[in-house]
Amino acid sequence: MTLKPKFILTSAALLLACSTAQAEVLKWGANRDIGSLDPYSYGDSFTINVLNHTYEGLVRYDENLKIEPALAVSWEILEDQITWRFKLRPDVSFHNGNSFTAEDVVASLQRVSHETSPLKGNLPAYVSSAVVDELTLDIVLNGPYPLLLNDLTNIHIFDKQWLVENDSELPTDIGAGTEGYATYNANGTGPFIVESRQPDAKTVFVVNPDWWDTPKHNLDGFELLPVTSPATRVAAMLSGEINFTNDAPVQDLPRLAASSDVTVLEGVDLRTVMIGMSFRDKLVNGTDNPFTDVKARKALYQAIDIDQLHKKVMRNKSRNAGAVVAPPIPGYTEALDERLAFDIDTAKALLAEAGVPEGLEFDFNCLQDGLVNEEQICQAIASMWSRIGLAPKLDVAPRAVQTPKRTNGKTDIYTLGWATLPMLDAYSPLLQIFHSKEGNSGVFNWGDWSYPELDALVESAGSELDLDTRIALETEALQIVKDEVIMIPLHQQPMAWATSSNVTAMPLFPDNKPRLWYASMQ
Amino acid sequence: MLAFLLKRLLNAAFVMLAVALLAFMIFRFFGDPVEMMVNEQATQSDRAELRERLGLNDGLLTQYVRFVGNAVQGDFGISYRNQQDVMVLMAERFPATFELVIVATVLSLLIGIPCGVLTAVYQDRKLADGLQLASIVGVSLPSFVVGILLILVFSVTLGWLPAFGRGDTVDIGWWSSGFFTPSGRAALILPSISLSLFQITLVMRLVRAEMLEVLRSDFIKFARARGLPLSVVHWRHALRNCLMPVITLTGMQIGNLIAFALVTETVFQWPGMGLLFIQAVTFVDIPVMAAYLMLVSFIFVLINTLVDITYAYVDPRLRSDASVKGGVANGH
Repeated sequence: MTLKPKFILTSAALLLACSTAQAEVLKWGANRDIGSLDPYSYGDSFTINVLNHTYEGLVRYDENLKIEPALAVSWEILEDQITWRFKLRPDVSFHNGNSFTAEDVVASLQRVSHETSPLKGNLPAYVSSAVVDELTLDIVLNGPYPLLLNDLTNIHIFDKQWLVENDSELPTDIGAGTEGYATYNANGTGPFIVESRQPDAKTVFVVNPDWWDTPKHNLDGFELLPVTSPATRVAAMLSGEINFTNDAPVQDLPRLAASSDVTVLEGVDLRTVMIGMSFRDKLVNGTDNPFTDVKARKALYQAIDIDQLHKKVMRNKSRNAGAVVAPPIPGYTEALDERLAFDIDTAKALLAEAGVPEGLEFDFNCLQDGLVNEEQICQAIASMWSRIGLAPKLDVAPRAVQTPKRTNGKTDIYTLGWATLPMLDAYSPLLQIFHSKEGNSGVFNWGDWSYPELDALVESAGSELDLDTRIALETEALQIVKDEVIMIPLHQQPMAWATSSNVTAMPLFPDNKPRLWYASMQ
Repeated sequence: MLAFLLKRLLNAAFVMLAVALLAFMIFRFFGDPVEMMVNEQATQSDRAELRERLGLNDGLLTQYVRFVGNAVQGDFGISYRNQQDVMVLMAERFPATFELVIVATVLSLLIGIPCGVLTAVYQDRKLADGLQLASIVGVSLPSFVVGILLILVFSVTLGWLPAFGRGDTVDIGWWSSGFFTPSGRAALILPSISLSLFQITLVMRLVRAEMLEVLRSDFIKFARARGLPLSVVHWRHALRNCLMPVITLTGMQIGNLIAFALVTETVFQWPGMGLLFIQAVTFVDIPVMAAYLMLVSFIFVLINTLVDITYAYVDPRLRSDASVKGGVANGH
């Protein structure tokens, strides 16, 4: 009985809220929730993407994915070649009203590069930073490094005073078993303010009226509503319960497109799908590994009927690739993008030349929850390889199970998708995949190859400050990747978003990240 | 009686320990949480260091002993993915699951009992055949299919009810309830129907079987001989004698419903414990998985132990050693 007045009050408040809410609030039905409100606590690019609406970096990507000033207005490299001096934007304030200064940037950089931060790899060249004056700051790197700005697009800036007051100067340390204030609260400079959050149900963002930039959007806010089940997400899109989804399931696109209330936005992702091979002496089953010979690798390449794959498995929505990076990525050239022709006879001849025994068995490691249609891709390719007399053994399992096998060299052939995020430069795959595995390089060099010539090119590109020279070096390195068939490129995978008809603008970004500050609604 | 009680409690504790050990042995096949926690750009040494700090390099037994030691003190650690205290996370999600289960249980009784009586009383009519047939459909359709069908009809085609979520909730202390808002009540309808469908048919079949038994008994014949109206005979005298097993079954099934709600929760994006568990599996969030398994097995063990103790209280024969082994205790 005591509940009754409360109930009436809440329903009255609700009715009131409903009647005044003719505002433009976009309901974003995502395929998953963000991990927390702290972008530095879990190395997850979707969380960083969503929180970018609240937190901003010193620089950001514009509508054409070119870097433009954000919280910094200008920058220069000092004479020692390793110190970068940033001029910061004046009159910017955080959502709690504190003004933005160089102190905040230093505190944020220290937080993200702290040894317990899972994101410190996002700022690989960082050594230290220092305040010069209130709106000027120096960042010192471990050597000449051309890609600092690319890295900084994803480093969100916190308010130092807020961090200190709430005892959150260090990132959350799961190992120590402590919770952090920033996990539940957010205070950035960005276009939207976090109003409330219920994990796995709803996170509400309202527009920041004091944003330093002139808004290109007309939203009064948006709600992030995770809907993990694809069928339910499609249903919610059709029933109008959500206005936007950044993951429209490929198999349901015709259904969504047939509805007059839904617009499907299709594009090609930057993510290039590739096949990697082991370069170790022995295969996992103990037999000699023929794929150390470039002829055997070429045979695998030329046995793949990419047009069939494009048509049957990818339903004409992928883009066949010859280069290991997508066209918008610096380092790409059209010549690199030429594929070796599909030719079974040549493939068979190459296998014979390389002395590959008939019926050779090897593991083919694929993810269940990885790339678009990955399981079908692997099945198709496995059957194409069996046509040239090989016997691939498909091993399909979830990512969490397969990754340890891949990193420990317990697989012969595997799939890999690489989007060059967050750097958007060919340097990313060259350093992380194709460089020899040593120190901090070649983390994804799962096949254990080593090309000293390529390493040298990558290293000089990594310290070359002149843009054109650097890109030429990267292209040269990519040519080695191509000639040696270090990995077999397949395609750039499709991506699909969907919006309801009252959403008038929603630019589709090839990095598959929604940026709602460019969106508008009727 | 005291010795019996102690024995049951010891048994329960042993079951919990065994569940925890099994859980830890299974976790190794879920994969490596560190690969999910760091960015693509993290180096090998970063990964190794994080693994070390999380204690993942320790032996299985060391990890298990540490987990049990902490769990006894009520500390399940911090979720890898959500960075929140696992107990707080569970407590936040429990009301959602519990309300769903309670509504589903009430639905199963409200629909299952009358249907059971009808099919027993009107055995030879078409209506009874129809209900029987419908119950077979209810038993055999998996709940995710039912969920999707309900969404297609009531959300997409008719547009009456929401397809996902829990609507607006009202906080009463730490308990968040969806009962007190129109959107919260609307959101409950589809998931609770989808969860209760199996339960409805179970109750219906049980009531039917019991009713057929009772209708043959002497006191019903006497009641009819006395000239009582049939409706009174069926719905008051006969039904009352059928309800004991129905109540026992419903009580035992609550544990099952909490455990199986995870399918329904995934389809309807219902922010309960099951959804939390499914996501924890995807991200290899070991503290959450461990706590969920412990909590669900605790609910089962608690219900079973209570039932055992109640039976023993009611029936003194069960207290002696010999009959405990083959008794009701292992009947479930």
